[in-house]
Amino acid sequence: MSSDPVDGGTPTSTNPLEGVSPEPGVAKPDPVLVIDGVRRSFGGVKAVDVDHLEIQRGLITGLIGPNGAGKTTLFNLMTGFDTPDAGTWEFNGRSIAGVPAHLVARRGMVRTFQLTKALSRMTVLENMQLGATGQVGERFLASLLPPVWRKQERDITARADALLERFKMDHMRDQHAGTLSGGQRKLLEMARALMVEPEMVMLDEPMAGVNPALTQSLLGHIKGLRDDEKRTVVFVEHDMDVVFDISDWVVCMAEGAIIAEGTPAQIGQNPAVVEAYLGATHGQAPIRRKRREAKGTT
Amino acid sequence: MGTIIFFDAVRTAIGPTAAAYALLAIGLNMHFGYTGLLNFGQVGFMLVGAYGVAISVATFGASIWVGMVVGVLAAVLLALILGVPTLRLRADYLAITTIAAAEILRLITRNTGSEPVTGGVFGLRQYAGGFYDVNPIPPGSYLGPLGLSEGRVWIMAVSWGLVALFTLLLWSLMRSPWGRIIKSIREDEDAARSLGKNVFYYKMQSLVLGGVIGAIGGAVFALALQTVQPDTFLPQVTFFAFAILILGGTATWIGPIVGAFLFWFIIAGMQSGLRRFSDAGMLPDFFGSQAIGAVTLTFVGLLLMLLMIFRPQGMFGNKQEMQLDVK
Repeated sequence: MSSDPVDGGTPTSTNPLEGVSPEPGVAKPDPVLVIDGVRRSFGGVKAVDVDHLEIQRGLITGLIGPNGAGKTTLFNLMTGFDTPDAGTWEFNGRSIAGVPAHLVARRGMVRTFQLTKALSRMTVLENMQLGATGQVGERFLASLLPPVWRKQERDITARADALLERFKMDHMRDQHAGTLSGGQRKLLEMARALMVEPEMVMLDEPMAGVNPALTQSLLGHIKGLRDDEKRTVVFVEHDMDVVFDISDWVVCMAEGAIIAEGTPAQIGQNPAVVEAYLGATHGQAPIRRKRREAKGTT
Repeated sequence: MGTIIFFDAVRTAIGPTAAAYALLAIGLNMHFGYTGLLNFGQVGFMLVGAYGVAISVATFGASIWVGMVVGVLAAVLLALILGVPTLRLRADYLAITTIAAAEILRLITRNTGSEPVTGGVFGLRQYAGGFYDVNPIPPGSYLGPLGLSEGRVWIMAVSWGLVALFTLLLWSLMRSPWGRIIKSIREDEDAARSLGKNVFYYKMQSLVLGGVIGAIGGAVFALALQTVQPDTFLPQVTFFAFAILILGGTATWIGPIVGAFLFWFIIAGMQSGLRRFSDAGMLPDFFGSQAIGAVTLTFVGLLLMLLMIFRPQGMFGNKQEMQLDVK
């Protein structure tokens, strides 16, 4: 596993998935997350129905699909915010099926939300400090004895300040998070997720509602997660330019299932993906056929 | 007559009942102000604290100190029973459960079948002796024109001392990393969860702590009145405590104290004023002796409405903070 080529220096110079066949559910050389038979339905609607999916370690995987394809539901299921009707999934070789959300985060898989969850009536700095794990002062009795946690608090604050500086938010440090703009909240949420020091970051529409200037800096930060910090990133996005720009691998969902996988170039030419997005003009039947074909290959 | 009314109002506002209500409001501040838990049954914790003392001493002959411990333990148990099924659900379920549980406790207490233990509708008395026996204050009349007895000064010192103690406790808790998690749950518990915080565990800690503070308020109440009756513990007591908290300012350390003082100053001042003017024949019958309680509450309600319109953050709340969009 460890013999895989890791990006050395220049980003995207060697994509370890270059030779992997672009089929739904294909095996990857070094998967960090492996999903098997995960299903979730709401009433009669099958929201998620994923037979098999592997996420490669240390890369940026883009998750695309039309509205209602089940992308966010899949995020919720993987991170313990929702419970599937069936299925198993492993993170770093250990099953995390049925593990509560806060323990999933502590194991190193941290997600952000489509509708940003800035903690409005706390300062930007407090938002950041909250993200640090293993804080002694979070225990009831220890919290009453500041000398016990003061040094750790200083370290956490230093780390938070460094991240805020990197995300160019240091000047807003003491502002309430509720005063930030939508784009700044997205940045804050991403920075806050990094305070957990996760191995894998799951970003749910990180660019939604962000102005173009900020989009560029957000993209830079996401690439930085991969290139500088060797973290795995999975992100949901609707803007295809963004997806094709930063993804090493793209997974496309439709009607709850994985209908295509591949490098951005392969996905751009994949007829199943085109149909999933433009299917309405071609009628419903072809999509279903493609889905059956897609599932048949796994 | 003005000074008499003023002294009446002050006597109540600095009295042990006001302190007991301040404790109820401090507990609610923990629940509602800091954690965002909607506890509409704080009076249930108060009842448990009051009856913990009264039943232990009057029914089972234990010492008053054992009674206090029993009251606190009963509050912990009540918080666990309420919290385990509801804290995983949405906030409104806790509200429904707590208001119902408080009423159930009151109805059980006043039930004829419970009479051998709780005294039924008649309640219990003669349990507070042990507390007044250890009064270190020499007999006399204190605080000049207020003319307080030594027993009164003793219960006032203890009750406001407890208010100070728990204010200090919450103040130091809320400036620690523990308090940071509590506040983050109020803001958005899913965000806290996504950052690896065990939200359920912290909500439970908050529910227990605020409930215990409410129970100690109940014990103070029982010691001050030296009698407990089930129908003292009506649901409106919880809403008085909420009014106190909002009047003073939620999520502030001083809010419950100032709120309790003002609330009881206004209530007692109004009542004393109305009674004295009515006795002097200076008021129409409409405000007469029969209606004093109702008129006072109407006036307090009006004041609260004006407060909500012109100063929604309360006396000490932060308006800017309050107006930040929540969720």
